[in-house]
Amino acid sequence: MEALELARWQFGITTVYHFLMVPLTISLGLVVAVMQTMWVRTGKAQYLRMTKFWGKLFLINFIMGVATGLVQEFQFGMAWSEYSRFVGDVFGAPLAMESLLAFFVESTFLGLWIFGWDRLPKKLHLATIWSAALASIMSAYFILAANSWMQHPVGVEMVDGRPVLNDIWAVLTNSTLLVAFPHTIFGAFSVAGGFLLGISWYHLWKRRKDGIDMVDDGGKVLVGDVKATGRDAADHHVWLRSLRIGAVVAVVSFAGVAITGDMQAKLMFEQQPMKMAAAEAACHDGTGFSVLSVGNLGSQNCDDIVAVVEVPGMLSFMANGDFNTEVQGVNSLLPEYQEKFGTHLPDNPIYGERAGSKIDYVPVMEVTYWGFRIMITFGAIAAAAAAAALYVTRKGTVPQSKWLMRLAVFGILAPFGANSAGWIFTEMGRQPFVVAPNPDPNGIDNVFMFTAAAISPGVSAGELLTSMIAFTTVYGVLLVVEVKMLFTYVRGGVPSAMPELLADAKHPHDDGDGTDGDGKDKDDVLAFAY
Amino acid sequence: MEFLPTLWFVIIAYLWTGYLLLEGFDLGVGMLMKLFARNNDERRVLLNTVGPVWDGNEVWLITAGAATFAAFPLWYASLFSTLYLPLLAVLIGLIFRAVAFEYRGKVDSAAWRNRWDWAIALGSFVSAFGVGAALALTTTGLPINANGDREGGPFSWFSGYALLGGSGVVLFCLVHAAAFLVLKTDGDIRLRARRLLLTWLPVGLLPMAAWAIVVHLDGGKLVTWLTLGAAVAGAVFAWRMASRQRDGLSFTGMAVFLAGGTATIFTAAFPVVLPSTISEAFDLTVTNASSSDYTLTVMSVVGLVGLPSVLVYQGWTYWVFRRRVSSGSIPQAHSVTAQ
Ligand code: HDD
Ligand code: HEM
Ligand code: HEM
Repeated sequence: MEALELARWQFGITTVYHFLMVPLTISLGLVVAVMQTMWVRTGKAQYLRMTKFWGKLFLINFIMGVATGLVQEFQFGMAWSEYSRFVGDVFGAPLAMESLLAFFVESTFLGLWIFGWDRLPKKLHLATIWSAALASIMSAYFILAANSWMQHPVGVEMVDGRPVLNDIWAVLTNSTLLVAFPHTIFGAFSVAGGFLLGISWYHLWKRRKDGIDMVDDGGKVLVGDVKATGRDAADHHVWLRSLRIGAVVAVVSFAGVAITGDMQAKLMFEQQPMKMAAAEAACHDGTGFSVLSVGNLGSQNCDDIVAVVEVPGMLSFMANGDFNTEVQGVNSLLPEYQEKFGTHLPDNPIYGERAGSKIDYVPVMEVTYWGFRIMITFGAIAAAAAAAALYVTRKGTVPQSKWLMRLAVFGILAPFGANSAGWIFTEMGRQPFVVAPNPDPNGIDNVFMFTAAAISPGVSAGELLTSMIAFTTVYGVLLVVEVKMLFTYVRGGVPSAMPELLADAKHPHDDGDGTDGDGKDKDDVLAFAY
Repeated sequence: MEFLPTLWFVIIAYLWTGYLLLEGFDLGVGMLMKLFARNNDERRVLLNTVGPVWDGNEVWLITAGAATFAAFPLWYASLFSTLYLPLLAVLIGLIFRAVAFEYRGKVDSAAWRNRWDWAIALGSFVSAFGVGAALALTTTGLPINANGDREGGPFSWFSGYALLGGSGVVLFCLVHAAAFLVLKTDGDIRLRARRLLLTWLPVGLLPMAAWAIVVHLDGGKLVTWLTLGAAVAGAVFAWRMASRQRDGLSFTGMAVFLAGGTATIFTAAFPVVLPSTISEAFDLTVTNASSSDYTLTVMSVVGLVGLPSVLVYQGWTYWVFRRRVSSGSIPQAHSVTAQ
């Protein structure tokens, strides 16, 4: 493979991987903060246990987000130096803001939270998790500001062939950003929803299987109590509460992604019409939304693609809010792009061997078409399942079916899939541009960059291959480790995060009254996490 | 000399100094996991001295990188792409180190812990070495052409200065970690850490001092005589105070050494941020590599808010966790079993 392909694969792999951790960090952080707030306000044992258990899983996941984020930060300079030179005046600023205003807060206050359980007054300790959680949302805002600028460059003027920032406010309030940010955050919360739901379901099911909780003939749930193993009545409350919180979060966040997604689609039809045409595999102008298209999506010949099932008027609704305005297809967009940006890459050494070659303005349609549909479908399935779960568990526990339990656990993956699909669609749909031209009527449409021009000219394909193999191997190994770790701690239940709940633990103490969580020996210097 | 680019050059030098001062001891402690600690309890003592703070310390590196991107995009692009392989090693080292900190104690098995201990020790070593090499090379020069791209293949960056800077930072981190452990631990570990400090300080700081002197001889100014003097005085002071068991002062001496050293290096290099070994005409300087005044103004406002507040809340964290850690305060490990 050539350097360009390798660099793109590497960026795609490492970023998609980073974004497996990110949505869970963003959403679970805030959920844990809310749980701890409930504990501080009500003093109920179940909330403390929820905080500790979900907090533990949060940390196991968080660290992988940190480790892989570093790669992202360095990668722009290492593999995409021409890109960094071209956009540096604009693009570095949100990245630096993210570090200075968000990452510092996030990591410092999380350290305080982990080690501060016994050292800080309760309310101050609560404030530390809130600070960390809010900072991670802020970091998402800044990084999405950078990304949205690549989708829709604003706030700049061209000076000597490079975009120079002249309005930071425009960058931070980019129309693309204002919808991508809530969409991404809601998408993140659907991950936490599924995560809470699936894991709690497993534990409620396990309690029934082990004969701890029972359901009498009238359908009433009889909650059992086995103190010695930490599976007392409070344990039941932990899982039931978590399950129901998770289900509500999943349903609400789906409503959120649907509304913001619709706004995004309308915007994208204006800002990157080719991306949306490719998302539809729509060759000809029309108004119908394809539910299923067959044929060779990868083919450049549009006549190979046949829409089998179409919702009439839907596409027009997505783009314009009515049912009969024709939306442009690939065939009519292509000449427009070619006229504006040329049919061939200029004979400039910056394009390396690709100088003078034909520009392919149509993104890979299999990816955009299916990416768009997987995103929506997986999200919708997760939300529908969550709504069903709310109904099924209304009496206080889950059915005894092993298959339903498996489904709930497996369902954790759906929102992850939807998020990855969304990003892959967004990023690959932007090709062949790395910075897509801004077509607004009074926009600055001469600011754009072809991906082919973005990579580091001095870096060899061999180096890229080395790093790609290194990252993929390390990431693969670490994924196995992380998942294994999550499984262990999930199976262990609350005592995995609070060993003091077990009867034979070193410092037995009952927090049943919930007033005193970690009432350990006050001489402990730290509530050791390591 | 333009004001804003100069200011940002100073801020970036400051970020690197903060990084080496803070992460310096946690990288050193990481290496000492294998070189110094004798058993699992001692390893846990070491880990818990840096536990609450290492991640916050690492953000100094991320910020130094991101600030370079924002303020000097051409410097960022040339330095990072030229040093592709060494930075890859740094990244892999940091990834393993971070994950090891979190996962080491999560399975109660000696083999598991041993594996992660190696990850911490090697990860710390590799990243300290790589960062040191990169910093040395950006002050002594890299083979970049007119466009700022590397000439001569994947290893053409290599020179003796890479080794000097790499070993300089590694040894500094080790000595610095000893000074830190004397402050943060109690009992036997503390006594041994002090011995380590006293033996190694005079040797361990030499390569970094040599690097400062090299840059000073090349581009030295009047003030770099002063900063160099301060660095030497700091080192001597740290040593004397360590032998008198004035641990706080000894640590302060280390900080003065570091600040003096980095001040010498960056000031002597100024206004060049990345010299080209091919031709002086290709040197990247604070003026030809910087962002526009508008961007720098925006970033200055952000820095004005961000940088002081970081000092306040990170300072507070160190205060919250100011107590010493010793083997006695390590609770038993517990294993997680399925319910
Ligand atoms: C929408 C959210 C989002 C997106 C699109 C990205 N990240 Fe990220 N990133 C986060 C949200 C996030 C986070 C939730 O804030 C993380 C996860 C774990 C953490 O500590 O913060 C994080 C961690 C994280 C870290 C480590 C911070 C630390 O040590 O505390 C770095 C350096 C980056 N990211 C950099 C990037 C870059 C350069 C990206 C673009 C390619 C990127 N991230 C995409
Ligand atoms: C975390 C969520 C993200 C995911 C999952 C993601 C995914 C991807 C994928 C799959 C590609 C490869 C596209 C292709 O080559 O066809 C890509 C490219 C790229 N993305 Fe993203 N991306 C994300 C966020 C970002 C952000 C936040 C930025 C910038 C701040 C960014 C900048 C880039 C750049 C510079 C490229 C390389 C050029 C290219 O191949 O298009 N991405 N991304
Ligand atoms: C009715 C449902 C949805 C619609 C109409 C929709 C629409 C869109 C559109 C048009 C984009 C592309 C934006 C761009 O190119 O910049 C997008 C991106 C994305 N979607 Fe969705 N989406 C929906 C559901 C979901 C769900 C359920 C998830 C995750 C759980 C999700 C996660 C994402 C992500 C992470 C991105 C990339 C980031 C971004 O550009 O915002 N979406 N979505």
